[in-house]
Amino acid sequence: MNLTNDDVRDILRLLDSLPYTELRLETGSFRLALRRGADGEWTQDAQVLSPPDEIAAAPRGVPDDHDDHDDHDDHDDHDDHDDHGEHSGHGKHSDPARDGLLAVRAPLLGTFYRAPRPGAEPFVEVGGVVEEETVVGIIETMKLMNSVPAGVRGRVVEVCLGNAEFAERDAVLMLVDPE
Amino acid sequence: MRLRRVLIANRGEIAVRIVRTCRRLGIETVLAVSAADRDALPARLADRTVPIGPADPAASYLDVDAVVGAALATGADAVHPGYGFLAENPLLAAACAAAGVVFVGPTETQLAAAGDKLAARRHAVAAGLPVLPGGEAGDVPAALRLAGEIGWPVLVKAAGGGGGRGMKKVTDQDELAGALGLAMAEAGAAFGDHRVYLERYVTSGRHVEVQIVGDGERVIHLGERDCSIQRRYQKLVEEAPAPRLGTAVRAGLHAAAVALGEHLKYRGLGTVEFLVDGDAFYFLELNARIQVEHPVTEAIYGIDLVAEQFAIAEGRPLRPALAALAAAAPSGHAIECRINAEDWTRDFRPGPGTVTRAAFPAGDGIRVDTHVQAGTRIPPQYDSLLAKLVVHGADRAEALARLRAALARCVIGGVPTTVPMHAALARDPEFAAGGVDTAWFPRFLDRALGHALDGALGHALDRAPDRALDRAPDGNGSGGGRG
Repeated sequence: MNLTNDDVRDILRLLDSLPYTELRLETGSFRLALRRGADGEWTQDAQVLSPPDEIAAAPRGVPDDHDDHDDHDDHDDHDDHDDHGEHSGHGKHSDPARDGLLAVRAPLLGTFYRAPRPGAEPFVEVGGVVEEETVVGIIETMKLMNSVPAGVRGRVVEVCLGNAEFAERDAVLMLVDPE
Repeated sequence: MRLRRVLIANRGEIAVRIVRTCRRLGIETVLAVSAADRDALPARLADRTVPIGPADPAASYLDVDAVVGAALATGADAVHPGYGFLAENPLLAAACAAAGVVFVGPTETQLAAAGDKLAARRHAVAAGLPVLPGGEAGDVPAALRLAGEIGWPVLVKAAGGGGGRGMKKVTDQDELAGALGLAMAEAGAAFGDHRVYLERYVTSGRHVEVQIVGDGERVIHLGERDCSIQRRYQKLVEEAPAPRLGTAVRAGLHAAAVALGEHLKYRGLGTVEFLVDGDAFYFLELNARIQVEHPVTEAIYGIDLVAEQFAIAEGRPLRPALAALAAAAPSGHAIECRINAEDWTRDFRPGPGTVTRAAFPAGDGIRVDTHVQAGTRIPPQYDSLLAKLVVHGADRAEALARLRAALARCVIGGVPTTVPMHAALARDPEFAAGGVDTAWFPRFLDRALGHALDGALGHALDRAPDRALDRAPDGNGSGGGRG
């Protein structure tokens, strides 16, 4: 259960006739805090707590990734900040500095694409030489395409994340030998 | 028939919005959820949820078989597609019909007519609506010939869909071949349809759209909305009625929209978009769905458009009371701000993440449609809309005052938001005067970012107010890339 805008407005009308500046309501299914500011205007802070009631039987078209869902749940329980996709997407965790290599990192999280469009040649392959401004990939986030400049100069020695894989922010996408 | 159980094939704020109306009407809700949305706010509010696939929308919210399969598996009478995703896809309407499930929306034929922008243009012409000079451009020689007839600059547009994808402004013939190829590639990638067409490019104009409702026989309008505040063809602020619009133009727009609806024997909610240039206006496109910005219309007419959608889906004729509203003047003025998870000071870079806090204004004349609360994860696979703040006042001045105060009370933590941009916009004297065109917002942005950056540097008092600083150097924001 959750309150609508109209419900909240009705509660506020009641509160306006009372000397209180704050109302906190908490049930098993929701939390609502209403606060009156110095200007007399209200702010609401609401949270629905009731869990979703998921129908277990998966319809057609889903079974292949049902196991993924379960994995996903476990994952969620441990880490609230990391639930956005099919792939772990951290890229390589090796320490680039150890080998004197420079890392090209994802400027933001999203789906990593190596080519400007499906079927096209990748922006850069292993062995290719990049400058700071060279575009080496695209990160798609929230339906927007963001080009990824290398940010470093040298020869690409490894591509650490596959095409269309999920990249965390700062994930190592490529390793570059400054030569 | 009476709808008892509806499958909502969407996510985010519109899913919450649809659940609310269903609850009021006593319709049971089943929400189709991707793996990323299983415990999101709409999932908690719906009566039941049903998983339809992974986070990738192509294999979940865009999968016709998964959606129809979920409707059948859960015994839903109807599918409400919301906006975006499959909302205007004739294949979903057809699959629903084949499965004996009601599709809450226009007919398959109407969706096809609206979705093909060239077909929509032909229908508009047949219904007597003015269109910009233009037509299909199959290859470079044909495009050159056509551009010569309509005059430079021209706009290359995708026949298969909107949203700015496949859209290119071309200033002269040297640019045309390159732009045509790029637009065709983009259109093909985005819509699976390479066809493009040309229209005369109008440098300044207002984007005004008319809400229509039809029951398959009768079509009425519910006024217009001004959506001229856009960035890269994405709307940011909408209001109703359109401020400072001449009486004749306003009446002309309403009549034109109804004429197109009648020509198509339109059923359901539709929005007819126009470009208004002084006293002239031109048909742009027909959106065959509920729009993101529908709440401003609801505010000034005191109606629930989603409830009207269900009534029409149940086969009922337009309510006489609704038809009476169309003839009467709307009440007051409403403004909507789209609050997105984007950093407006860094080229609107999207910022998915976890919302740590979400406090919104409440009170008379304020409506917030949102899917976020403390703990909500904003996944990177979907669009960045967090909330819509809608204010309603007796007139535009009251609505604006309410908007300024309401924006000051929005506190969203954990992700960047466009609230500060809206606050700057709501304080702007030119916006307050009303009736700005589509060229205005980019100018405002340069000006406002100058202020914002100055303020951030602590030198606000030392600088001339109009100083435009260079923008953040990343310059790779959106628009680039993937064909």
